[in-house]
Amino acid sequence: MARGGNGGSGRKGDERTKNEEEDDEEDEENGGRELEAWERAYADERSWEDLQEDESGLLRPIDTKTIAHAQYRRRLLQRSVHGTSRIQKGLIRYLYVVIDLSRAASETDYHPSRMSVVAKCAGTFIREFFDQNPLSHVGLVTIKEGVSQCLTELGGCPDSQIKALMGKLECSGDASLQNALDLVHGYLSQVPSYGHREVLILYSALNTCDPGDIMETIKLCKKAKIRCSIVGLSAEIYICKHLCEETGGLYSVALDEPHFKELLLEYAPPPPAIAEYAIANLIKMGFPQRGAEGALSICSCHREAKIGGGYTCPRCKARVCELPLECRICGLTLVSSPHLARSYHHLFPVTPFNEVSHTLPIRLQQKFPQNCFGCQQSLISHGSKSNPHVSCPKCSQHFCLDCDIYIHESLHNCPGCESQRQQGT
Amino acid sequence: MASAPSKLYSDDVSLVVVLLDANPFFWAAGAGGGNHPAATLPFAKFLDHVIPFLNSLLLMNQLNQVVLIATGINTCGYIYDSGNGGPEGSDNVSEISSEILLRLEEFVCKDRKIGKGTERAMGGSVSSLLSGSLSLALCYVQKVFRSGAIHPQPRILCLQASPDGPEQYVAVMNAIFSAQRSMVPIDSCVVGVQHSAFLQQASYITGGIYLKPPQLDGLFQYLAAVFATDLQSRNFLQLPKPAGVDFRASCFCHKKTIDMGYVCSVCLSIFCQHQRKCSTCGSEFNQAPREPNSASDTIRKA
Ligand SMILES: [Zn+2]
Ligand SMILES: [Zn+2]
Ligand SMILES: [Zn+2]
Ligand SMILES: [Zn+2]
Ligand SMILES: [Zn+2]
Ligand SMILES: [Zn+2]
Repeated sequence: MARGGNGGSGRKGDERTKNEEEDDEEDEENGGRELEAWERAYADERSWEDLQEDESGLLRPIDTKTIAHAQYRRRLLQRSVHGTSRIQKGLIRYLYVVIDLSRAASETDYHPSRMSVVAKCAGTFIREFFDQNPLSHVGLVTIKEGVSQCLTELGGCPDSQIKALMGKLECSGDASLQNALDLVHGYLSQVPSYGHREVLILYSALNTCDPGDIMETIKLCKKAKIRCSIVGLSAEIYICKHLCEETGGLYSVALDEPHFKELLLEYAPPPPAIAEYAIANLIKMGFPQRGAEGALSICSCHREAKIGGGYTCPRCKARVCELPLECRICGLTLVSSPHLARSYHHLFPVTPFNEVSHTLPIRLQQKFPQNCFGCQQSLISHGSKSNPHVSCPKCSQHFCLDCDIYIHESLHNCPGCESQRQQGT
Repeated sequence: MASAPSKLYSDDVSLVVVLLDANPFFWAAGAGGGNHPAATLPFAKFLDHVIPFLNSLLLMNQLNQVVLIATGINTCGYIYDSGNGGPEGSDNVSEISSEILLRLEEFVCKDRKIGKGTERAMGGSVSSLLSGSLSLALCYVQKVFRSGAIHPQPRILCLQASPDGPEQYVAVMNAIFSAQRSMVPIDSCVVGVQHSAFLQQASYITGGIYLKPPQLDGLFQYLAAVFATDLQSRNFLQLPKPAGVDFRASCFCHKKTIDMGYVCSVCLSIFCQHQRKCSTCGSEFNQAPREPNSASDTIRKA
């Protein structure tokens, strides 16, 4: 697993093979011609998007770090406004991702096409979704040539979903919202009452070509408590907005690829639980122990003899290979406690940190710590002025902007608060 | 060699963040003698094994980096960072040892001072703030990832003595999942009385090694033979295999370990008995507990 840094020799070798390939290609009749360097720069990198105009009209590279941090803070504050009231979240979700593969998906305003951008981002989204909602289920539906097709059934495995999607990337014909909603409505009516039913439509088309009255279908979805959300790729459409408003979902239209990805990933954290949408319930679950390495047993899922690993259902003692799933023999939902623990950070989020003003007089600033409490990076830039940074309102430790993002987006612990004895324990 | 050309960072260059358990209650318990691990291995002797191990990590490859973080009961803190050493002779083994000892002593004093007054309130077995030092270590590792495309391979080694603190469960699990996402293995060497269910899960989930050495007076040998191996070389070695991992859950109501229980569908809290109302999120459960898979119920409800 050489990670690129394997000395100069490895890289040179790569270059050589590349050159040979290029020579070969020149011999062929311009078959799979690669883009020229100048074309690549425009098509792939969209380098103009990294520039902005300053006050005096000069072009300057965008300070991406500050912008990224500002974006993150907006997301964080938004989330904490939504989440302050109650720690109830819809953690068990049944989500259908509907992908528009009509003619409009072949447009190339997104590079290389809307379809491939949608597929790429949907893959990222599905992985992130399972990371944040480990007990949830996702299914894929496509719209093509006026009809809607189920690509994968509701399931818990991201890899097979993404593989199925990548194998079916062709687009043609018209798009029909109604057909898609009808199909998904049929599937989602079957899920348990404690689950949150959601549809996320990635819609390229500017119209919908329906066999009947779509308003009736929207009413049906509303009645079945299915939250429908749409991310559009072209422009705002009234019927999409209406659908989302009626069913309690969100509607947004993306400007470009990064924006599309950002909008999509906003659907990964669990939505607030709304009592009327899903009925709170206690679910009986089993927590199997992992068997010791080397034990021989027959698994109930593949019906094969396997050596080592595996889990044993605590009720019927059948062996299963993977978690989470429902025991084939007795129907008990089997999970491991880490599966549940993956969601607990949604219930106990880290409070947003406060920005430390760096316009304070130097005399006051000198009282601040010199280093980030998390990573020990210096908070003092040249000229003994402190860099913009943040501090935790609970433990009042100071953190650099990078740690701020990492703590709230991935770690979900404040290192300062965790390094203090909690009161009352 | 302050700044080595980046191509020298081949895949066997390691960054090891070592979390050292400095729990005074644990290390003091050995004074009474008996079967307690701290009786065979007092803190000073423990350091006699650990500090040479840190030095040997640094000597194995001149680009290796070692960071030492102490886990206390009232605070956690950075003790030593081999990357901070000045260019002239911080390679000196005895200088490193005395620096670590000095900073550790400062840390233990600080840890005691912060805890003044609360000591009597805590009982005999007090857990260390593992969630704090794990979080610090992960922040440090992220800084290394940010430093550029080419950097040493980071891993975390927990030298844990005191028992797990159940109140840290959520925070420790958060740290484990974050380490897993960034592909940072957590190795664990437990020198305490019992196995640590936290660290068993940490090492299993992140692909690290978990070991509870049976002979504590040979601790250095265990450290050098098992935990000194870089991630690349681990592919070719027969390292200790996990002997089953305890994935059972503990209920929120009694902190009892259970293998079957009831889970709130709203917040996923675990209970050992049926409840009318969830004590974590306040949801009320009106229906009788149901089991998924009973299709009649789902269709009727829908
Ligand atoms: Zn199987
Ligand atoms: Zn069973
Ligand atoms: Zn930092
Ligand atoms: Zn804090
Ligand atoms: Zn209980
Ligand atoms: Zn609950």
